[in-house]
Amino acid sequence: MSDLAEIISRNEDQIRAEWIRDMSKSTQRADLISKTELDEQCGTLLKAVIAGLRSKDSGNIRSDGWAQAREFLEGISASRARQGFSPTEVATFVLSLKQPLFGVIRHDLAKNQDQLFELLWTATELLDGLALVTTESFSTTREHLILRQQQELLELSTPVVKLWEGVLALPIIGTLDSERTQVVMENLLQTVVSTNSRFAIIDITGVPTVDTLVAQHLLKTITAARLMGAECIISGVRPQIAQTIVHLGINLEDVMTRASLADAFGLALQMSGRAVVRKAVSAAESRGILAGPITKQES
Amino acid sequence: MSEQKRETLPLKNSNDVVLARQKVRQWAMELHFTLVDQTKLVTAASELARNTLDHGKGGSMTIEQTRVGERMGLRLTFEDQGPGIPDVETALRDGFTTGNGMGLGLGGSKRLVNEFSIDSALGKGTRVTVVRWK
Amino acid sequence: MERIPVLRMGSLLLITIQVDMHDKLALQLQDDVTNRIADWGSRGVLIDISSLEIVDSFIGRMLANIAAMSRVLGAETVVVGMQPAVAITLVELGMSLPGVRTALSVEAGMELLYGAGAGFRTGSDDERAEA
Repeated sequence: MSDLAEIISRNEDQIRAEWIRDMSKSTQRADLISKTELDEQCGTLLKAVIAGLRSKDSGNIRSDGWAQAREFLEGISASRARQGFSPTEVATFVLSLKQPLFGVIRHDLAKNQDQLFELLWTATELLDGLALVTTESFSTTREHLILRQQQELLELSTPVVKLWEGVLALPIIGTLDSERTQVVMENLLQTVVSTNSRFAIIDITGVPTVDTLVAQHLLKTITAARLMGAECIISGVRPQIAQTIVHLGINLEDVMTRASLADAFGLALQMSGRAVVRKAVSAAESRGILAGPITKQES
Repeated sequence: MSEQKRETLPLKNSNDVVLARQKVRQWAMELHFTLVDQTKLVTAASELARNTLDHGKGGSMTIEQTRVGERMGLRLTFEDQGPGIPDVETALRDGFTTGNGMGLGLGGSKRLVNEFSIDSALGKGTRVTVVRWK
Repeated sequence: MERIPVLRMGSLLLITIQVDMHDKLALQLQDDVTNRIADWGSRGVLIDISSLEIVDSFIGRMLANIAAMSRVLGAETVVVGMQPAVAITLVELGMSLPGVRTALSVEAGMELLYGAGAGFRTGSDDERAEA
């Protein structure tokens, strides 16, 4: 391994120059990254590779000696993923190092065919391994981005609505998965505190199915709300969901439920000591419009 | 920002438990854990630190950053040279009744973290390692 | 040694927990509350935990104990201001704090203890009803 390190070290500048030249011919993406930045990155990687080759256990790119190279590659892979490079473009950054490197190895070891072959093999294994590091990292970064966007979508798509002083409603539309339910519930509890609302109606009319995990999250939220001093009412439970709940053996004894959001609202008002009353009918209303316009004396 | 990626604190008295909680809170905040995740981890740390003190007769907590690919996390290791736990299985099942049970609260802590492992035997002390990912 | 102050407002004991308590401090508070109830004949205990960012099983048991002991001495306890993250964590831990009444705020807690007619709530209902 250290032989390879020596060869690279001796020919560092030449390798770097050729590497950049080859890349500009194909995938430089001048729109996304400047030549100076690229040059810097090539330099850093070469130095990290040399360090890795000189380290203990240099044959294993998962070892500590290669940590610097790995971290560097993970870093630029992540930032390129965010910038909009394709995974191939990112991997090519590493793979295009092969040609200049092989050229230099062949030149330096022209007299020794066996060692030449050995080093070529070592170099190719090494660069393939490093290219895979970038691909994995690229994948992971994209996954994280998607996850974050999903979360933001979740929070936006399930607004908490204030129905009255102290009464909130959370109409949920669409399928509830474990993660979404957690986000939505945390949001609900936070709003309970910020609006000082003793009642929270969770309406699941728009939820097609409920599985055990989601039901558990709902129950946990209700328990948490109760611990805080608020009460939850579940509304919009459709017959299918009622059946699922019973089949799954979920215990809803302690949970208040109502068929419709309106019923749940009525219950919340009642429990908070309020009633909706019909006001006295005005003179115009009691006559109806057929009786003609109101005269000044009557109004 | 704590420069080291790893730190060990003693757990010798009840004040150390408070310090341990604060340290975990600090590290979790620096890694930008969500508030709920922070709370869960700090609470688990409090439970386990107290166990180390009360049942393990004192020990230590080591906190370190850990990473798998892009994912960052915090690992907490609680160690003591105390009497050990003879039946780990039973201890993991919810050992405390709400009220006056003096159960170990291990089952509860387990639910607050993503990874949980425990190594203990009679007379051999105890080591509990937990990880919470961002 | 520092103590958590227990304030008296007529027949009410008001406790605001703002520090990260170590176990001895929690036990001291339990003691103090029971002693004060006995000394002053208090009928209500209001514990404000809105500043507490962590409630573990020990603190949870302390709250449950205070509620239970106070009840034996003829007083009712209400715990107010629990933060959402704390509530979520307690549920995950498996603690439901039986026997502990809770309310969202100090005002709500007062209302619970002394009744809605006692006038602690600033009513905004009246403004809306006339819409």
